[in-house]
Amino acid sequence: MSELKLMKGNEALAEATIRAGADAYFGYPITPQTEIIEYLMTEQPEKRTGMVVLQAESELAAINMVYGAASTGKKVMTSSSSPGISLKLEGISYMAGAELPGVIVNVVRGGPGLGTIQPSQADYFQSVKGGGHGDYKLYVLAPSSVQEMSDFVEDAFDIAFKYRAPVLILSDGLIGQMMEKVYLKDQKPRLTNEEVIEKYGDWAVTGKKGRERNIITSLDLQSEKMEARVRRLMKKYEKMEKEDMRFEKTLCDDADYLIVAYGSSARISQKAVELGRKKGIKIGLLRPITLFPYPKQPLFELANQVKGILSVELNAGQMVEDVRLAVEHKIPVAHFGRTGGIIHTPEEILEALEQKIIK
Amino acid sequence: MTEEIIIAGFGGQGVLSMGKILAYSGIMQDEEVSWMPSYGPEMRGGTANVIVILSNERISSPYLKVFDTAIILNQQSMDKFQSTVKPGGVLLYDPNGITIHPTRTDIKIFQIEGNKLAVDMGNTKISNMIVLGAFLKIKPIVKLDNVIEGLKKSLPERYHHLIPLNKEAIAKGMDNLMSFKVNEPSLS
Repeated sequence: MSELKLMKGNEALAEATIRAGADAYFGYPITPQTEIIEYLMTEQPEKRTGMVVLQAESELAAINMVYGAASTGKKVMTSSSSPGISLKLEGISYMAGAELPGVIVNVVRGGPGLGTIQPSQADYFQSVKGGGHGDYKLYVLAPSSVQEMSDFVEDAFDIAFKYRAPVLILSDGLIGQMMEKVYLKDQKPRLTNEEVIEKYGDWAVTGKKGRERNIITSLDLQSEKMEARVRRLMKKYEKMEKEDMRFEKTLCDDADYLIVAYGSSARISQKAVELGRKKGIKIGLLRPITLFPYPKQPLFELANQVKGILSVELNAGQMVEDVRLAVEHKIPVAHFGRTGGIIHTPEEILEALEQKIIK
Repeated sequence: MTEEIIIAGFGGQGVLSMGKILAYSGIMQDEEVSWMPSYGPEMRGGTANVIVILSNERISSPYLKVFDTAIILNQQSMDKFQSTVKPGGVLLYDPNGITIHPTRTDIKIFQIEGNKLAVDMGNTKISNMIVLGAFLKIKPIVKLDNVIEGLKKSLPERYHHLIPLNKEAIAKGMDNLMSFKVNEPSLS
């Protein structure tokens, strides 16, 4: 039985975290994602499941609390918005290096710097092209509805533990602040240490009684060993690309033109597709659900069918680079997007497609 | 049926909560809904607006440029959103504090004295429900029973004793809706 509610994206994500059987959340408030910690504090999950919720003294403290708790095999989350995520990047790189599972949520606002509190997708590069230092990647899920803000929490934890790697949920101020219907999943129990070992292996630091000691670290001063570690990470990312890449196609079968958009931009673009089809222009929409792994192959195939692609993003042109790489310059690819917290309208998107691609 | 609405006014006038009650009412009759606020540094006294969509189909964009209905509660919002009503659409406004009245002749315009009637009822906080009542008189997109159910869902239980007052306010709004005729420009 699932429960139907009207919730903000941020609230739905917070409730889903409790219901996914998370062990802890560590965070620090920042608009437009403060409802996450606010909801968790009000809900007091320690009384419902024993889950710990703690407001850290800073974003740095929060991500390092995640590192510590994840080292013990616990399901842990932290969330922030753009400037706060910049602060967390050191910890995220360390988690990737130390092969720790954990879920990080970024409800993106406009940047650079302190920028604005309004919605943006200008953290695409930061999310999929490293962000922190070293050879690592994040598995990135991009929800485009309140329902997905809820559903992706459990998916994110599953991936994080499957690969022993940090996972990013990349949302934005629009999806975080809006309310929609959401069907909440049933409460899952938190796992015991024994259950974690049985399900995901005996790697965590839980007290070495009866076994060799486990070591969690991202440091390896022997180059050969460090290279072996990097190769192991790369194998994980290859496996993610093979097994866990996700995307959604809408009206692509007969499309002459394609819009590529994720998250909030995908929702607005969907309306642009409807408006275009009413005018007799056959537009399709490809929505990457995972930004890494990126749906390169589906895009490559669509490039044999459509005459041109518009990448719609709330930024100055970031994902468009990956679209161009995926289609290998077979067809024209252009970017359209607003910045500074301004949200593009469906009409603007259609106009941009007509001017930049259809001509 | 899809109804795309913008509600706009000062923060503290109950703009966001009117939208939330409308969205909840939609859920009560099994519709798809979205509620997209202009969140920002504005608090009480600043401007606030929310886009509410009710539909029997999956809602694509929660953010729109043009609307079937604009519900306007202050002058700034009138200046900003009068032009966003689709031709043939509805503009409903509270004339309290409005000095420059709407001028479009290709839309249907209505007035509701939400603020004044709320003062008469002895509770200024209820003005948004009077306006909601007036809107439902123009466009009965949700049943009154479902609004009451929606209220029960969106209000914390400690406020449930106020539901009869809300019901009364909605009725007041329905009874006091006035249509507004734009004067042809005169040369005098």
